[in-house]
Amino acid sequence: MAELIALSPLGNADPLAIGRCTLSEVDPGPMTSIAPFRGKDGDVSKALRKSHKIDWPGPNETTLSGKTRCIWFGREMALLTGASLDDDFAKHAALTDQSDAWVCVALEGSDAEAVLARLVPVDLRIAHFKVDQTARTMLGHMNASITRTAEYAFLIMVFRSMASTLVHDLQIAMESVAARG
Amino acid sequence: MRLICPICGARDRREFYYQGAAVALERPVPEADAEVWDNYLHLRKNLPGDLEELWSHDAGCGAWLRVTRNTVTHEIKAVVLAAESGRGTS
Amino acid sequence: MRVEGKGLIDRDRPLSFQFDGHSYRGFEGDTLASALLANDQRLVARSFKYHRPRGILTAGSEEPNALVTIGSGANQDPNVRATVQEIYEGLEAHSQNAWPSLSWDILSVNDLAAPFLSAGFYYKTFMWPRAFWEKLYEPFIRRAAGLGALSGQANPARYEKAFAFCDLLVIGAGPTGLMAALTAAKAGADVILADEDAVLGGQLNSDLREIGGKPAQIWAAETAAELARMNNVRLMPRTTITGVYDDGVYGGLERVSHHLTKPSNALPKETFWRIASRQAILASGALERPIAFRNNDRPGIMTAGAIRTYLNRFGVSPGKSVTLFANNDEAHLTAVDLIAAGVHVAAVVDVRPSAEALGAYRLIPNAQIVDTSGRSGLEAITIRTASGEQRIFTDCLGMSGGWNPTLHLTCHMNGRPVWNDEVVAFLPSDGAVPGLHTGGACAGVFSTAACLKHGVEVAGSALEALDLKAKDTVSPQAEDDPYRIMSYWAVPGKGRAWLDFQNDVTVKDVRQAAAENFRSVEHMKRYTTQGMATDQGKSSNVAALALLADATGRAIPDTGTTTFRPPFSPVALAALGAGAEDKGFAPERKTTSHAASLSKGAPMIEAGLWYRPSYFPASGETNWRQSCDREVGLVRKTVGICDVSTLGKIDIQGPDAARLLDLVYANTFSSLKPGKVRYGLILREDGHVMDDGTTARLGAEHFVMTTTTAAAGQVMRHLEFVSQAIHPEWDVRIMSVTEQWAQFAVAGPKSPELLNGLVDNPINNETWPFMCCGPVMVHGVSGRLFRISFSGEHAYELAVPARFGDSLFRVLVARAEALGGGAYGMEALNVLRIEKGFITHSEIDGRVTAFDVGMDRMISDRKDCIGKRMAAREGLKDPDRPRLVGLKPVGIVKQLTAGAHIFCAGKEATRENSEGYITSVCFSPSLGHFIGLGFVKRGPERLGEQMQMVDHVRSIRAEVALCDPVFLDPEGGRARG
Repeated sequence: MAELIALSPLGNADPLAIGRCTLSEVDPGPMTSIAPFRGKDGDVSKALRKSHKIDWPGPNETTLSGKTRCIWFGREMALLTGASLDDDFAKHAALTDQSDAWVCVALEGSDAEAVLARLVPVDLRIAHFKVDQTARTMLGHMNASITRTAEYAFLIMVFRSMASTLVHDLQIAMESVAARG
Repeated sequence: MRLICPICGARDRREFYYQGAAVALERPVPEADAEVWDNYLHLRKNLPGDLEELWSHDAGCGAWLRVTRNTVTHEIKAVVLAAESGRGTS
Repeated sequence: MRVEGKGLIDRDRPLSFQFDGHSYRGFEGDTLASALLANDQRLVARSFKYHRPRGILTAGSEEPNALVTIGSGANQDPNVRATVQEIYEGLEAHSQNAWPSLSWDILSVNDLAAPFLSAGFYYKTFMWPRAFWEKLYEPFIRRAAGLGALSGQANPARYEKAFAFCDLLVIGAGPTGLMAALTAAKAGADVILADEDAVLGGQLNSDLREIGGKPAQIWAAETAAELARMNNVRLMPRTTITGVYDDGVYGGLERVSHHLTKPSNALPKETFWRIASRQAILASGALERPIAFRNNDRPGIMTAGAIRTYLNRFGVSPGKSVTLFANNDEAHLTAVDLIAAGVHVAAVVDVRPSAEALGAYRLIPNAQIVDTSGRSGLEAITIRTASGEQRIFTDCLGMSGGWNPTLHLTCHMNGRPVWNDEVVAFLPSDGAVPGLHTGGACAGVFSTAACLKHGVEVAGSALEALDLKAKDTVSPQAEDDPYRIMSYWAVPGKGRAWLDFQNDVTVKDVRQAAAENFRSVEHMKRYTTQGMATDQGKSSNVAALALLADATGRAIPDTGTTTFRPPFSPVALAALGAGAEDKGFAPERKTTSHAASLSKGAPMIEAGLWYRPSYFPASGETNWRQSCDREVGLVRKTVGICDVSTLGKIDIQGPDAARLLDLVYANTFSSLKPGKVRYGLILREDGHVMDDGTTARLGAEHFVMTTTTAAAGQVMRHLEFVSQAIHPEWDVRIMSVTEQWAQFAVAGPKSPELLNGLVDNPINNETWPFMCCGPVMVHGVSGRLFRISFSGEHAYELAVPARFGDSLFRVLVARAEALGGGAYGMEALNVLRIEKGFITHSEIDGRVTAFDVGMDRMISDRKDCIGKRMAAREGLKDPDRPRLVGLKPVGIVKQLTAGAHIFCAGKEATRENSEGYITSVCFSPSLGHFIGLGFVKRGPERLGEQMQMVDHVRSIRAEVALCDPVFLDPEGGRARG
């Protein structure tokens, strides 16, 4: 019997290194949106801590436990990445599988802030957007989730269908920042 | 122009979608008079000054917001979550 | 000519450049203007209307005359101010608006015709015949009156947009701005200091006097260096703040590579910054205004301050024998500096009887300049004193009518400046822009010492608003001379005295406007074109206003001011639209089958942001219709595969999920059983159709709604609105899963055969009856299978996680081809649905109701729904409304066209007689003729009636008959069976 072959949104394209920045596709593993039902916030927090030793993130925050990251993803919603949830969890929250819905890239390097300043209308300088902070905002014309994973590293997610536009927009910004020397 | 989203903080206008007067929050009961429904849907006083408006933080957290904006000066006087200011919560 | 030993230019770095094909030399640090003056090139431009020879008037961005084109070919930049353009090795500049050459310009005959070309000339002259305007007058006027030209080629240069954020934006890096930035930075504020110049310092770079015991230029450079070393300061030279917007947002244009020889292709030419600041300080200084007198526009005549700048900053004297004409003391400083540099000063003519000399030069008080002469530039002036007229030979004249605070930005949010008699100028009004403080010369504070002190003070106010504490800062010692000025605008007398140099507006034009009763400043402006050129009247508006006040017998404050709007100085559209060219215009959304479709040769069409295959050409097919007809046949006879992932998919969960759907849909969903799918219609609250689609119930409290591709975003926002704003008490959660699933239609009689063996579950009418859904395993991958049909055939939609989309599409197409079927595209999809009378947004275009599309019975009377009350309005149920029908040709003309209107047979095809219109048409290969869907008054009651279709745009007429919109299989047996 034939097998279905999995393809990542960018098809495992080579990382892009321009100036003091690199752009590479990342696979954060399974991704599940979690939207607690009315009055179930406490249960969700408790269950998450129990099952994954991870805290429920407040607005604009992410929490981390090993390779599992919980990213605040919008009003009353978070995205658990790098781990799956038991079916049992569904009694506390609406869950949807988002593992294939997003293209995820890492933008790393000392110019990453400057590159994103070309595209993102949010102050992402480290003093105002610290490590493990996250934002739902725009990148160019695309709705995006942007998380600072380290001083010089960002995790950027946009809709999977827009993968090539994401690379296009970031590449131009990387080139123009690099050209400034 | 910037709006302070109660969830995300101060954000650029481009992240928001503008709906119109916050009257839309006060949906009449189905059996209300035609006049009440007409008022709800179509009639606006349109006076210069403070206006209660609805905006959606479309490209941010997705929250619907009730914004008090002065239509003369564009001053934003208040931004609250529609979910906490509409019918059924007051 | 160059003056040795002066200026901030680097004499060790000579540069060569070209102007109108001639080579010149300058130094690094020169502007094009200073370098041309150093080469004694005084004539640089022809004026806009009269083609009069013009020279350089100023040394800043307010320059009205010296506009040139930089570069050539696709890369050229027209209308660049020579006073702003830094020179670089190999720079190529051209003069504008002159033919055949700058010194011999044919259209300078306009100047001789000047008596006929005064204010309002065009309005009065080219009135009739009306047709001549477009064909004759306008093209000629446009050719004659002009600035630089675009290349006509695509601009290959890169421009960019960017965002910046700060606590405090300081606009202008003169004494006030530097001091304010330093004070704020030391207090810990996050500061951006922006200045349009390449070198920070503003007026200090033109001043030889000392600050804190150091030459002003050195103090400015050291202060800028100190700021540059601070981590909380961002210096933005070459950046003009062009506009003020709500809530502390400022627009800034950075000229990134205009000063570089052959910059990298990746380096933007300009960056348009959007700067969000909590507080701002405007320290933009002041602009010197000329005085109007006869022939005050000859090359060699400029502002007094410009001469001082060329001398002190660039080491250039614009003349060998300089005269000055002033109404204030400030202008005398130019004479003092010229003499110290060894340049001859012929005279200082001052209109004030009480004027006193500040140095050893010939002062002529209580005198005016009444005329000038010279062939290609200034040679002599005529002055008038109490004892009569006399000529003075001079090749350079500096005018100073006083200084206008550069307060433009304070007017960008409706602020109106306030007249001040003491400084004879408008000053910014308090609080004109929330959070913007004005300091220094732009606030009417003129001495260097006062500016430095004011910088500390306004920084203090801004810091207070930021909840920061200013450290005690003492501003350094500097000159503190009083600003002595007498109000004086124009020398009385005959002849043309120029106000607006760029638009060729004279004192006489303003007086004529007043005489013809254009007394409002806004009317005068439009009648004379005063201030309407690219410089927006920076050096002339106030004088024109003063003269209008005089001519109408009013005081200046009673006359008003014109409105300053963004941008402060010109911004290329390329910068405003940066990044939006080519693929930057909008995101491209690609389905997982994109690559496979391309490899099959499918041309893509755009559906919103999505790219979808139009059709899949088979070998031998030469046009789309052949492919489309074949693909329709595949679906009708065997099996076709189509990517339908672009449809919106919204996951709805929670105890109140069914309630939400019942409110949002016209029909009922709470009664839908798990494992079933139902078609639904969404109305807007005003009773018109918003969207339609199917919703599947996956579990008791779990639904997946499908929207049309076009309305996915709108419906998502609508659901959020209803759940957050109208029923926040409901327990329901909404999330888009559109991107998670790759979903393919498997349509046609052989679809069960295709699926059996692909999915683990047996597929037949018993296991998967029409409108049922459920989980399936596809080669070990968890998927979802829906038995729904948009083609009217026995059909399914199979969804798998998107990572498997590409692979599944290829597998499905291969299996379909093995069964005699294949892939089909948007064209065939459209034909299939028209044959079945299924509506899309061609039909539900926002103006139609459920009643119009024959679905009013879907509006449940057992429950409320959005739009129910208003859909019941009399007018929306009027049987006379155009309602959905099918149409087919019955006459000689067999073609139908979408957009055509329908008229009764024998009636004239006029708008009043229109009975309806056609929304969708196609050639139906199943029926062998054209078919259409449309809306006709009382349509469903008129089936069988013969009418005429008239397409006025394409000039097509056809006889049509109305019929049921379902052309094929009206009982629906094919989809169910």
